[in-house]
Amino acid sequence: MEITKETLLEMYRKMQLIRYFEARTKELFAAGKVPGFVHLYSGEEGIAVGVCSALRQNDYIGSTHRGHGHCIAKGGDVKYMMAELYGKETGYCKGKGGSMHIADFDLGILGACGIVGGSIPLSTGAALHFKYNGTDQVAVTFFGDGATNQGSFHESINLAAIWDLPVIFVCENNKYAESTSISSVMKVEKISERASGYGVPGITVDGNDVIAVYETTLEVVERARKGKGPTLVECVTCRHQGHYEGDSGTYRTKEMVEECKKRCPIKRLCTFLQEEGFSSKKEIEDIDKSVEKEVEAAIEFAEKSPWPKPEDALTDVFVSPYY
Amino acid sequence: MSTREILFLEAIREALREEMRRDESVFLMGEDLRIWGSPMGQLQGLWEEFGDRRVLDTPISETGFVGAGAGAAVLGSRPVVELMFIDFFGIAGDQIYNQAPKLRYMFGGRMKVPLVIRTVIGAGNSAAAHHSASVYSIIAHMPGWKCVIPSTPYDAKGLLKTAVRDDDPVMYCEHKMLVNTKGEVPEEEYTIPFGEASIKREGADVTVVALGWMVHKTLKAAEELSKEGIEIEVVDPRTIVPLDRETIINSVKKTGRLVIVDEDHERCGIGSEISAIVSEEAFRSLSAPIKRVTTPTVPIPFSPVLENAVIPNEERIVKAVREVASFA
Ligand SMILES: Cc1ncc(C[n+]2csc(CCOP(=O)(O)OP(=O)(O)O)c2C)c(N)n1
Ligand SMILES: [Mg+2]
Repeated sequence: MEITKETLLEMYRKMQLIRYFEARTKELFAAGKVPGFVHLYSGEEGIAVGVCSALRQNDYIGSTHRGHGHCIAKGGDVKYMMAELYGKETGYCKGKGGSMHIADFDLGILGACGIVGGSIPLSTGAALHFKYNGTDQVAVTFFGDGATNQGSFHESINLAAIWDLPVIFVCENNKYAESTSISSVMKVEKISERASGYGVPGITVDGNDVIAVYETTLEVVERARKGKGPTLVECVTCRHQGHYEGDSGTYRTKEMVEECKKRCPIKRLCTFLQEEGFSSKKEIEDIDKSVEKEVEAAIEFAEKSPWPKPEDALTDVFVSPYY
Repeated sequence: MSTREILFLEAIREALREEMRRDESVFLMGEDLRIWGSPMGQLQGLWEEFGDRRVLDTPISETGFVGAGAGAAVLGSRPVVELMFIDFFGIAGDQIYNQAPKLRYMFGGRMKVPLVIRTVIGAGNSAAAHHSASVYSIIAHMPGWKCVIPSTPYDAKGLLKTAVRDDDPVMYCEHKMLVNTKGEVPEEEYTIPFGEASIKREGADVTVVALGWMVHKTLKAAEELSKEGIEIEVVDPRTIVPLDRETIINSVKKTGRLVIVDEDHERCGIGSEISAIVSEEAFRSLSAPIKRVTTPTVPIPFSPVLENAVIPNEERIVKAVREVASFA
C-alpha cells in the first residue's frame, strides 16, 4: 500500500507535537510548575506515532511511565494532558494521576503506568475482551527493554499466544533501564528473539524510522485482526534526555547522546518529506507553528484551570460512595 | 561519645559499609545500585569499594531477585535487597508473603532467613499512586516479617546494622522525605536493638505515637501546642514488629491520652493495632478516646492539593491533640 502525503504529514505533526509538548514540559518541571516524576519520550517519537498511525480510534493501547508520546500519538488532547501534568482539576484524570497515569478511554488509551511491566497484562486483557466479543479491534502494549525482564511480560505473551489474542507487543528498546545498560541484564542479542520461546513471531525494526514502524505495524495488526494472534515488535531507539528529569545521565557519554540525537526520527522524516517532494519547507514550517500554538494554548489552559478540591481526594475509589 | 552531623542517606551507607567490612556474607542486590548507588544515592561508593561480587545490579525482575535473596539467605548469605519503592511489593508478592517469611515456620524452625529488604516509603513529592505508599502495615500483618521505620539518621544507622545481623526477614523502610535530612550520628560504632521505642520529646499531657516522617511533623505540631499549654510526649516506636508496647503503655499511663499519627492508610493500619493494644492493656488509664491521624484508605493522588489533603499534616495533628486534650 502506498503511504499517502496526508498520512506522512500527520505523522510529522504528531511527532513534532510530542517533541514540543515535552520540551515545554521539561521547562515547566524545572520551573516547579509540573511536580512529580517526569520521564521524557524525546527521541522515541517514531515508535508511538508509527504504531498508532496504523491503528483505528477504537483500538486500544497500554502505556508506560514514559507515556506522553503514546497518549499524543493516539490522539490525546495536549490541553487535558498539560492540565493533568500540572495537577489541575481539568486534567485527564482530575489531577489524580499526573505524568505517569494518563488515560482516555474514548480514544482507546488504556492508561500510562508507573509500574514497569504493569500494563502489559492489562492490554492483553483488552485483547481478550475483543476476542470474547468477536470484534476485530486490536490492543497494543508498549513497554521498554527493561520490562521484558518482568514476569508480567512473559506470562502475558504466553497467554496471548495460546489464545491467539489480537495484541501487539511493542518493545521500545532504548538500550537502558534507568542507569542499567541492557547488555548487563539480558543475554539475548535481540529482544525480538524472546518471542520464539512462546511460538510468537518476533520482528526488529528501526524505531527511529517512523515509516518502517508504521508499515510493520500495519502488517502485524492485519494478522491480529484476522485472529492469527500476537506479534512481538522490537523497535530499536534511544532517548535524548535522561531517564527522568533530574537524572545526571552519567552512564552515557556525551558522544553517545550526540550520536543518538543525530538519528532523530523527526529530522529523518522531515528530510524525507522534502527530498521526496512530499512537502515544501513552507508546509513544514506551518506545521511547526501550529504545533507550538497548540502547546502554548494547552499551557495557558493548564495555568488558568482550577485546582481540584481537597475533598475530591476521597472520590473515585469505588463506584459506590467512599467509605 | 563524639558525634558529627550526617545525612540520613549517609547513615544508611555507613551502616552497610561497616557491616560489609565486618561480614563477608553480606551483599547488596537490586536495580541501579552500581552506577547510581540506588536512585537517591544511598549506596554511592559501595560498588567502588566492594566490587561486582558484592554489589549486584539486577534486571527489573522483583519476583526473581527478592526470592533469590531469600534463597541465598537460607543457605547463610546475608543479602540486603533493594525494592525501589514499597509500592512494588506486590510484584514480588509470592516471595514476600508466602516464601521468605513462612519458610522457617513451615519447615518446623529448621532454617533461618536472614534477609533484609530495604525499601522506600512515603508521599510528599507528587509521585502519585505507584510511588508514594506507606503500606508497611501490610508487612506487619504478615507472619514472619520484622519491620523497621527509622525517623532520624541516628536511628537509621543503628537499626540497619541490627537488621543486617538479625536472623529473620526484615523490611527496612526509608522515607523519601527523610533521605536528605541531617542529624547527629556517633563516630563510634553502635547498634540499636529492635523493639525499643525512642521518646523524641517528653510531655505530660498527651502521648502521640508517630512513625517516620510523621515524627517530624508531630514535633513541629508540639511547638505550636506547647504555646497553648499542651505538652505532648512523642513516642517513636522505630520498629513496628517487634513493637515496644511497654513504652507506649507507660506513656499513656502517665498522660491518660493517646493520639497516633500514621502515614499508612487508616483501615487496618498499624494505628488501629496500637489503638487496640492500648485499649486492651491500659483501658483504665485512658481519660479520652484514642484518636488516629492517618491517610484515608485511598491511593495516593498526584496533585499537590490532593496529596496534601490526604497525608497527615501539622494542622490535623494539632487539631486531634486539642480534641483529645480537652476531652472531659
Ligand atoms: C516494578 C518496577 N520496578 C522498578 C521501577 C523503577 N523504574 C522505573 S522506570 C525503570 C526503567 C524501565 O526501563 P525500560 O523498561 O527499559 O523503559 P525506559 O525507561 O527505558 O523507557 C525502572 C527500573 C518501577 N517503576 N517499577
Ligand atoms: Mg529502556
